[in-house]
Amino acid sequence: MATKNWPLWEVFVRSKNGLEHRHFGSLHAADAEMALENARDVYTRRNEGVSIWVVESKHITASNPEHNGELFEPAQDKVYRHPTFYDLPDEVKHM
Amino acid sequence: MSEEQIKNLEAQFEERIARDEKIEPKDWMPEKYRQTHIRQMSQHAHSEIVGMLPEGNWITRAPSLRRKVALLAKVQDEAGHGLYLYSATETLGVSRDELYEQLHSGKAKYSSIFNYPTVTWADMGAIGWLVDGAAIINQVPLCSTSFGPYARAMVRVCKEESFHQRQGYEIMIKLANGTPEQKAMAQDALNRWWWPSLMMLGPTDAESIHTEQSMKWKLKRKSNDELRQQFIDQTVPQADLIGLTIPDPDLKWNEERQSYDFGDINWDEFWQVVKGHGPCNKERMKARVGAWERGEWVRDAAMAYAEKQQERREKQAV
Ligand SMILES: [Fe+2]
Ligand SMILES: [Fe+2]
Repeated sequence: MATKNWPLWEVFVRSKNGLEHRHFGSLHAADAEMALENARDVYTRRNEGVSIWVVESKHITASNPEHNGELFEPAQDKVYRHPTFYDLPDEVKHM
Repeated sequence: MSEEQIKNLEAQFEERIARDEKIEPKDWMPEKYRQTHIRQMSQHAHSEIVGMLPEGNWITRAPSLRRKVALLAKVQDEAGHGLYLYSATETLGVSRDELYEQLHSGKAKYSSIFNYPTVTWADMGAIGWLVDGAAIINQVPLCSTSFGPYARAMVRVCKEESFHQRQGYEIMIKLANGTPEQKAMAQDALNRWWWPSLMMLGPTDAESIHTEQSMKWKLKRKSNDELRQQFIDQTVPQADLIGLTIPDPDLKWNEERQSYDFGDINWDEFWQVVKGHGPCNKERMKARVGAWERGEWVRDAAMAYAEKQQERREKQAV
């Protein structure tokens, strides 16, 4: 009689200090501690990391690609957010 | 959605792939794309997992500590490869349990090569050299396949594979330069693994059904026959270098093609093994299913423990 399946966890690894944690993949584990240990074995067998985060996948809220238009398109016509939008005389260096 | 709308979405989807854009799990995709990927990726994962069995057989009998740590690390890598691939497959909305069930019930296939027995230590050399060698040739093009999670898993896998092949070839070098008995053992392993390794690259192009669609989706970038030729051309000089003979009397360098001509492959044997009549199909499934069933109480106990800890934390928080 199988009871419950181990939940799914997402694994984030910082490969060295100075860099951010990056998503590496996922795995199944009964609890957070086991998820960390499994992540060590599955994703960092060759010194790929100095720090691991695990979070149960069900706690992640993801944006829906179908809404990419309303989410991301408004940024496309805001060229004034970029330095190249502004005209400067040629004499001005280093700005 | 109307049929017209779906047609439209499909056309846009194909264009994205043609532009070398990646497809991510939550993107819209044709049902056939999803199903084909679930099938291919899970078969790939199953192969990594079942692939541990023939080599696991020799870990306790490795002839030295150096060989033992290498083999142990390799087999552990294969477990890792299986896990990367299962989790990448799960992003398509299939559960790990369903995937295991497909493997254990025999509904899903795994690579036919793992249904051959490993009878001597030299088989560890031949497998690393030939089987991992052929796997690399299959996998490198998949690093740029269209489905993001599959491509990323393959990049990790390919980085790890090259040590697998080298440790195998090193075993062969040592045996080939050893006593006459050791050299004979290496030659015997090559004799037994050569043809199954060629078959492992898949049926001939004429017999291969999914190729065109797979090429479009970048699940395949070269045909089976091209990959096989690449494998032969790269491996023959490696055999020559250590004084072993490829067991193919028709093998001959073709000056014009700048490639080796080779003899006929026994495809009957290949299809027999695929259909479940290879020397070890039953044994492999029995070992795999047995390990899963014997592990059940451990999985249940871990879950019960986790729940108990959780309850305790919640009580303390009140
Ligand atoms: Fe592998
Ligand atoms: Fe491997």
